[in-house]
Amino acid sequence: MRLFDKPAHVLHDMLVNKEITAVELLNDVFLRIDEVEDQVKAYLTQTRKTAFEQALFVDAKIAKGETIGFLEGIPGAIKDNICTMGVKTTCASKMLEHFVPPYNATVVEKLQTQNPVILGKTNMDEFAMGGSTENSAYFPTHNPWNLDCVPGGSSGGSAAAVAAGTAIWSIGSDTGGSIRQPASFCGVVGIKPTYGRVSRYGLVAFASSLDQIGPLTRDVTDCAHLLNILCGYDAKDSTSINATVPDFTKSLVQDIKGLKIGLPKEYFVKGMDADVERAIRTAIKKLEALGAEVVEVSMPHTDYAISTYYLLAPAEASSNLARYDGVSYGERVEGIDIVDMMNKTRSAKFGEEVKRRIMIGSYALSAGYYDAYYVKALKVRTLVKQDFDEAFEKVDLIVAPTAPTPAYKIGEMNSDPLKMYLQDICTIPLNLAGLPGMSIPCGFTNTGMPVGLQLIGKPLDEATIIRAAYTYEQSNEFHNSIAPLGEDKK
Amino acid sequence: MKVTAKDVESVAILSRLELKETDMEKYTKHLNAFLEYADVMTSLNTDGVKPTDHVLPLQNIFREDVVKHSLDRELALSNAPQREDGYFKVPKILED
Repeated sequence: MRLFDKPAHVLHDMLVNKEITAVELLNDVFLRIDEVEDQVKAYLTQTRKTAFEQALFVDAKIAKGETIGFLEGIPGAIKDNICTMGVKTTCASKMLEHFVPPYNATVVEKLQTQNPVILGKTNMDEFAMGGSTENSAYFPTHNPWNLDCVPGGSSGGSAAAVAAGTAIWSIGSDTGGSIRQPASFCGVVGIKPTYGRVSRYGLVAFASSLDQIGPLTRDVTDCAHLLNILCGYDAKDSTSINATVPDFTKSLVQDIKGLKIGLPKEYFVKGMDADVERAIRTAIKKLEALGAEVVEVSMPHTDYAISTYYLLAPAEASSNLARYDGVSYGERVEGIDIVDMMNKTRSAKFGEEVKRRIMIGSYALSAGYYDAYYVKALKVRTLVKQDFDEAFEKVDLIVAPTAPTPAYKIGEMNSDPLKMYLQDICTIPLNLAGLPGMSIPCGFTNTGMPVGLQLIGKPLDEATIIRAAYTYEQSNEFHNSIAPLGEDKK
Repeated sequence: MKVTAKDVESVAILSRLELKETDMEKYTKHLNAFLEYADVMTSLNTDGVKPTDHVLPLQNIFREDVVKHSLDRELALSNAPQREDGYFKVPKILED
């Protein structure tokens, strides 16, 4: 019996009931990695030796009759922009090719208290800048549903690993859609929690006012369990919210009777893929059939959100990435003096997209343009947020596509970065407003590519998202589909 | 074209990036395309709208001024490109 295709909660029960051991589970996932990883290429670093030790440790605990927590012995992977002490963290950049963090990110500390099995670090767009994982300085990751397609990004490795069965769960980060869009492209569940819900300490900074860490899982149940582990106040992150974290598994109930759901007409954009629209509209009908009341809402500033984001994110990035100066960590290329050394280091070690965004950010923040571009964008950000505030006076939840298209072919978008930016129209507004959003599988295109439904909640109301997502998920079979890949095709 | 090659040159200096001749043209194009795109937003009336730097109602996060454990020097230096006698080593900054 293969195990890699099961969600964490099923595997947890099997471990508790002694139907399997953690080592058996790990060996099956290793086997799956051996079968398909050379095609998918989700991992930048694998940590097989420590993974094996972690599995042995959990088996010893079970043998002694000790109770185990949800994640104990369950193999997962971590995006390579999250610091793991003693394990290389490259951000998929040549700049950090040999960087071994001397400390753990808070989320890694939190995970480690649960004794999970960490399989390694996943591929991404360099410094999380991109939506396809093609901007990795090492290699692109392939979509397990169609190897010619991108897995989305920037957390493309994390999404592809969960979809391919080379990890049971994974951790990603989302600055403009980087958890939700790859979740949609790969047919898995991914949530960006409310800004401040999960500590960013130890997450390599891209755009600090937008970045948020979250889990990618096979289903909503696993997502709720992971959120319980990841969320919570952290004094080491000055933008951490000191709010009570509910037990999100309490929201795993099938009940959305009377729930008011808003449908933003601006999210159904021109040029939207017809199959995607059909899947989303069908899902909305299903939510209605399950008892929700669906009303149209308007988010008039949606169109402005993308240009606002593509100004603010590079501005913050140009400042955050100033730290890569060849002095205290990261690579160095020698020069004739210190400025020359910094210039040579940054020019040689940053990739194209990173340099492009640093240039845009520096321009937007430079004297004479600061008010016209940067401050202007901050004001438009307020208007984008107000759209949500007004909508949430009328509804409990907003539902929309996660992305206007399914996964596209590798190389297809390279010629036109602005076209690729338009991909983010449904995800970016949430980051600007700091809101939680989840992508769940809601069907397939005619060519068999997954489509994601996005559920958007009020600030700190991940619980309502989980309740609606769980109710919808249990009414269909989409979450039980595994990518048709490898010997074990289904 | 709003952005000139000269602008690109000065932004490259601000960004501590060394651009080749061939890059200059490319970045001039990128920045102009970007600005055209940003103008979608700049045309919007934002009179009287307050800027949002980040979404949380947080300001001035203080902590007690107590000494806590910090990274050991050896660990802090463990990723240094160059080091000497417990310090980061950089190329000469000041003239003699």
